[in-house]
Amino acid sequence: MSTLVEIRDLAVTFGSGRSTVQAVRNVSFEVAAGESFGLVGESGSGKSTVLRAICGLAPITSGAIHVNGNSLKTPRDPAFYRKVQMVFQDPYGSIHPRHTIDRVLSEPLAIHGFKDTEARIERALEEVGLSKGFRFRFPHQLSGGQRQRVAIARALILEPQILLLDEPTSALDASIQAEVLNLLDALRVEKGLTYVLVSHDLAVVSHMCERLMVMQHGARVEELTRRALQNRAATQVYTRQLLVASEGFKSQ
Amino acid sequence: MSDMLQIEGMNVAFPSRNGPVRVVRDVSFTLGRERLGIVGESGSGKSQTGRAILGLTPASGTVTADRLSFDGIDLRHASARTWRTLRGPRMSMIMQDPKYSLNPVMTIGRQIVEAYRRRGDATRADARDRAVAMLEAVQIRDPERVFNAYPHELSGGMGQRAMIAMMLIAEPDLLIADEVTSALDVTVQLDVLRILDDLVRDRGMGLIFISHDLRLVSSFCDRVLVMYAGRVVEEIAARDLHKAQHPYTQGLLNCLPQIDGPNVPLQTLTRDPAWLA
Repeated sequence: MSTLVEIRDLAVTFGSGRSTVQAVRNVSFEVAAGESFGLVGESGSGKSTVLRAICGLAPITSGAIHVNGNSLKTPRDPAFYRKVQMVFQDPYGSIHPRHTIDRVLSEPLAIHGFKDTEARIERALEEVGLSKGFRFRFPHQLSGGQRQRVAIARALILEPQILLLDEPTSALDASIQAEVLNLLDALRVEKGLTYVLVSHDLAVVSHMCERLMVMQHGARVEELTRRALQNRAATQVYTRQLLVASEGFKSQ
Repeated sequence: MSDMLQIEGMNVAFPSRNGPVRVVRDVSFTLGRERLGIVGESGSGKSQTGRAILGLTPASGTVTADRLSFDGIDLRHASARTWRTLRGPRMSMIMQDPKYSLNPVMTIGRQIVEAYRRRGDATRADARDRAVAMLEAVQIRDPERVFNAYPHELSGGMGQRAMIAMMLIAEPDLLIADEVTSALDVTVQLDVLRILDDLVRDRGMGLIFISHDLRLVSSFCDRVLVMYAGRVVEEIAARDLHKAQHPYTQGLLNCLPQIDGPNVPLQTLTRDPAWLA
């Protein structure tokens, strides 16, 4: 399989002088076409910043990101966003509260000059399992799970190759999380998408991704396959701590 | 073991355009000196149950119960004066979000000292020492700095621990913890649970642990109440959770992804209208 996303020695630094924050420190990884790659870590580990750096929402201080072999221009050109789309963590904050779903979905189509708006919106809603009745509703008339489906529809409507998923289910109830994860899994198979998924939940990443990278304090801790994770073959102390913590509370 | 909290047939309702909405329906349970978990999805009424016990139901809501007593005191008609003697020193609640529950214009230290001095006539210096000691007890590495810090200067995990310190400094008999660990990282989560666990064991505190995380609750609590649409659908010993009878409890358990799970679609929850009956 060919490498679709390649990140080499990426560093992201915010601020300057004494208030410098090194959010990402020399992180490298590759994601093959059609693969699902996970980034795991606790808050402040820089996992979301990696995603934001890929799609141009965070500056690249040093290092390089290649998508499809091409290095990225800043600002990214429209062709990039047709290929790479992002789904954010909070479905309550990522959709304009005063736009109808129809308007939310038609905006990316207008920006990229698609003509068959009508058909595409209908298809996008259908793909994420929302009936036509949702099209002219406002976000506040939808539940959290339905909103996250809209956010996924908005990302998919441009038919991207790569989906960047930033904690797509952490704001949802467990039963709704299962539905959204199943939807994402099915869409990936159906459309041959490539995912980069960020999550703090090892179980979610293990369920969704073939390979994953554990991050801490902006740096890479280790890279594992799903099989290695399931066999508890983690070599680093931090990964083992995460594995223990994910099993729940044990009184001493 | 005597039960400090006894609840029978408790209802909480809020008015709406289409008549009252009952968010807690016929909830009955007792609590001794133990760890009781309340689990359910958002909107299942678990937080409202906790608030009703402390008399913190918003003014528009009404609480009715056949019995609602704490340590022999009837809470249904408690006066404001009775509530003042109870809330804080005897029973308290740790809220979900430290960002909204701490006073943003008061330092952490002042808020903790205030909580401590309310219960007796401790001197200012005394209260300060106790507050710093308490911050240390909740595993804050730099208690002096946190004592003088404002809430916005702390991370979520630190703020949550400061809240816990504030609630625990009065040494209540009953503590209601509402999603205290949901916003925390997994490793910090375990630290916080350990603090609560020690308190239940060493001081004989009663703890109601409200959470949506079934896996966490089953590993931490002694007993679990599962709520659905305002009703307790199942009460079960935490260690028997995998033998749960109610389809809703089973559904909640099965829809969680697992590290070792087979890579098939996750089971989703089908809701049966009959559960509402």
